[in-house]
Amino acid sequence: MMMNEVAQTESAAAGGRRIGDVILDLQNISLSFGGVKALTNISFNVREHEIRAIIGPNGAGKSSMLNVINGVYHPQEGRIVFHGEERKEMEPYMAASQNIARTFQNIALFKGMSVLDNIMTGRHMKMNCGLLSHVLYWGKAQREEIEHRKKVEEVIDFLEIQSIRKTPVGRLPYGLQKRVELARALAAEPSLLLLDEPMAGMNVEEKQDMCRFILDVNDQFGTTIVLIEHDMGVVMDISDRVVVLDYGKKIGDGTPDEVKSNPEVIAAYLGTAH
Amino acid sequence: MSDATGQTALDTFPRLLMHHARVRPERPAMREKEYGIWQTYNWAEVAENVRAIACGLAQLGFKRGDRLAVIGDNRPRLYWSVAACQCLGGIPVMLYQDAVAQEMAYVLQDAEIRFAVVEDQEQVDKMLEILPEVPFLEHVVYDDPRGMRHYTQTLLMGLDELQEMGRIHDRNQGDFLDGEIAKGATDDISVMLYTSGTTGKPKGVCQTHGAFISAAQGGKEFDRLTDREDILSYLPMAWVGDHLFSFAQAMVAGFTINCPESGETVMTDLREIGPTYYFAPPRIFEGLLTQVMIRMEDAGWIKRKLFHHFMEVARRCGAEILDGKPVSAGDRLQYWLGNLLVYGPLKNVLGMSRIRVAYTAGAAIGPDLFRFYRSIGINLKQLYGQTETCAYVCLQPDGQIKLDSVGKPAPYVEVRLADNGEILVKGPMLLKAYYKRPDATAESINAEGYFMTGDAGFFDEDGHLKIIDRAKDVGKLTDGSMFAPNYIENKLKFFQHIKEAVAFGNGRDFVTAFINIDLEAVGNWAERKGLAYSGYTDLAQQPTVYELIREGVEKVNAELAADPMMSASQIRRFLVLHKELDADDGELTRTRKVRRNFISERYGVLIDALYEGRKEQYIETPVKYEDGREGKITATLRIEEAKTFPSRAARQAA
Repeated sequence: MMMNEVAQTESAAAGGRRIGDVILDLQNISLSFGGVKALTNISFNVREHEIRAIIGPNGAGKSSMLNVINGVYHPQEGRIVFHGEERKEMEPYMAASQNIARTFQNIALFKGMSVLDNIMTGRHMKMNCGLLSHVLYWGKAQREEIEHRKKVEEVIDFLEIQSIRKTPVGRLPYGLQKRVELARALAAEPSLLLLDEPMAGMNVEEKQDMCRFILDVNDQFGTTIVLIEHDMGVVMDISDRVVVLDYGKKIGDGTPDEVKSNPEVIAAYLGTAH
Repeated sequence: MSDATGQTALDTFPRLLMHHARVRPERPAMREKEYGIWQTYNWAEVAENVRAIACGLAQLGFKRGDRLAVIGDNRPRLYWSVAACQCLGGIPVMLYQDAVAQEMAYVLQDAEIRFAVVEDQEQVDKMLEILPEVPFLEHVVYDDPRGMRHYTQTLLMGLDELQEMGRIHDRNQGDFLDGEIAKGATDDISVMLYTSGTTGKPKGVCQTHGAFISAAQGGKEFDRLTDREDILSYLPMAWVGDHLFSFAQAMVAGFTINCPESGETVMTDLREIGPTYYFAPPRIFEGLLTQVMIRMEDAGWIKRKLFHHFMEVARRCGAEILDGKPVSAGDRLQYWLGNLLVYGPLKNVLGMSRIRVAYTAGAAIGPDLFRFYRSIGINLKQLYGQTETCAYVCLQPDGQIKLDSVGKPAPYVEVRLADNGEILVKGPMLLKAYYKRPDATAESINAEGYFMTGDAGFFDEDGHLKIIDRAKDVGKLTDGSMFAPNYIENKLKFFQHIKEAVAFGNGRDFVTAFINIDLEAVGNWAERKGLAYSGYTDLAQQPTVYELIREGVEKVNAELAADPMMSASQIRRFLVLHKELDADDGELTRTRKVRRNFISERYGVLIDALYEGRKEQYIETPVKYEDGREGKITATLRIEEAKTFPSRAARQAA
């Protein structure tokens, strides 16, 4: 298989993935922009192979949280421990080199490029040849390109987008663009995949497809997934654990069932009489 | 039949396969597009793989006469499984891959399937779902292991493991499989194909090796097919046409079959392969033409002008040039220029540059559609046949193409007409029997050994067969004039905005019809007119869409009026259905034929409303989604009248 294939144990074969140790630990994270507090003293962790959802009303700080994880924002307070190492100041490209890949709330693809070329960009971190040899496209560069193309084709096959391989992304419907974005993230062979509202704006059928792909990715490649999503049905169905944010604070954390019965969460979502 | 040396008679498919592996081991037998690249398997590799699958199946306990279910898209390994099953003297039974589990259960029960080879997780799930109903199912082998990791059922096995097991078996007992192949006889049943079940439950049609080989041999001689042909295999394997073209003829002629990457990529794959021999039902040719026309509408004016000018030239003389008839030098020059500028590039875009012979069948093809392809130089022909005759009864000979006939009886085939106009056929390609249905077998083959096709037709002055309708569907209006629903429906369907139509009139005073709009064509038309609509149901009920459809209906009425036999069948009232007729809801067969009785029951209120003169009718229709869930569509349908014309006979009298 293509990605860091995890040896599955007998128990995994009997159903369910084996959830491993904590790989990402966020401790007392606070983030503010000037006087605006986006995140206040938030702690939670992510275990290997799990699907972890971050939910919350609009403006709760979900996307900020994701941006903290992949190094776009630098929290003023708190520690981030990734694979047992405390993270210092980090830039997004470093996240990519640490096998963290992500998709965006507003699709961030190259609209004029074909699906294939877009996914190829996901391989960028894995390319070792220098600029000159790529320009000449000879010897090692050529072999490397073929190797990368093979990986990309595997992703295309996995996400069933063969028929749009050569179509410019801008011409595709929204649901398919989201899938292409996922493909690009997968092409980087991530061990941690961050999905920012992967199902926003999709119809029921597209949502079902996307759910299946997320579960398949998690199952086949053992990829750990952190996702933000508004559709509660989807979140409760596919995630192992859910963390709930509201006004930059954590108000709930646990399995979907625990979160569902948490009075604070219910209040945040349905509103309470004050 | 025997080859030149007379050592082994090539009278079964396994022997043909081994023959090709010996004679042309390096020639490509199959190609499949995988991971974006065409992978080629030559005849030697195919034979080796088939051996492995066959030995693996034998190891699992597959015996002579056992049936093997094969379910999935056109994948090389599924074709190999069919061949492997035949090597062991078993009978492959292909199922329509998009059928829901319950439909599959019937066939599995009827054929008492113990072994199944399926494509992927989706099909495995269906097998597991119906397992309680088919307890005798012992082994399910899957081709694609994706998503199969957590399945622990002991009856499941990957095709890779099966082949590995088979290879070991073959090493240990090298002469086993050759022995099994030697035991095969030409009269053995080579395949069981289930009829689509237009009437009642599907029946298993048992065809012998001899039947399919003679049908394939006849076709090969008729069109001078060689081992250099390339064909795209993309139609359901369960369909007799695919079995004849992609399996039997490929085995007899030794040519190459090409499997597309997926259902959605067929058009691209077609272009990459550029087949020399092509088969498609009319709706595919129609879809292609619609796409071309839509794209031409959007093209710049120079291109549009050029296209329309040269299409006019092609209409005038293209078909004649193809048929080798005399054409003036001026037209020839124009056509040559058109070929350079328009037809050539267009054929290239369609993936039809290399086509020598293309066939269509399964439904009537519109004259305009047929003429379009022939006029741009594609040798498109029609054929006629059934599952029971290996899809091989009549073929149109090169250069003698008539738009409304299906050609002349094929080599080795004898065609006769019964007194009521029913077409009777006899020849080596006839079915051996319906599986476990001696009553049905006796009913369909008469005392003189003719198969009764159930189609009504007649021979024209040149000996070409013309089909009118199903013999049993031909009914009468209350005034005693003939009512041939299919004939009317086909005329309606030739109109590009109409996808399906169902005509009623047997035992009634006049004819009425249900119409299904073609979403793509009507949607595009609506877009150009700036018509807003929220979905299929809404679009279908727009008054302007009714206007559009009425135009088509009235054109058909005018045509019917011109035919003295049919003038009473003009459509007086019609409605546009709120949902597409769908095989999943049981309204169409898997081959997209209308199931008349089912529809008249399901939409009884609508038929009553048509005849009671109502202006609109409310209806609730349960629908089944692809994932098996059920829902409901409700709508109030408008019912409108169409103008009718006095018949020509009446006009002359007046």
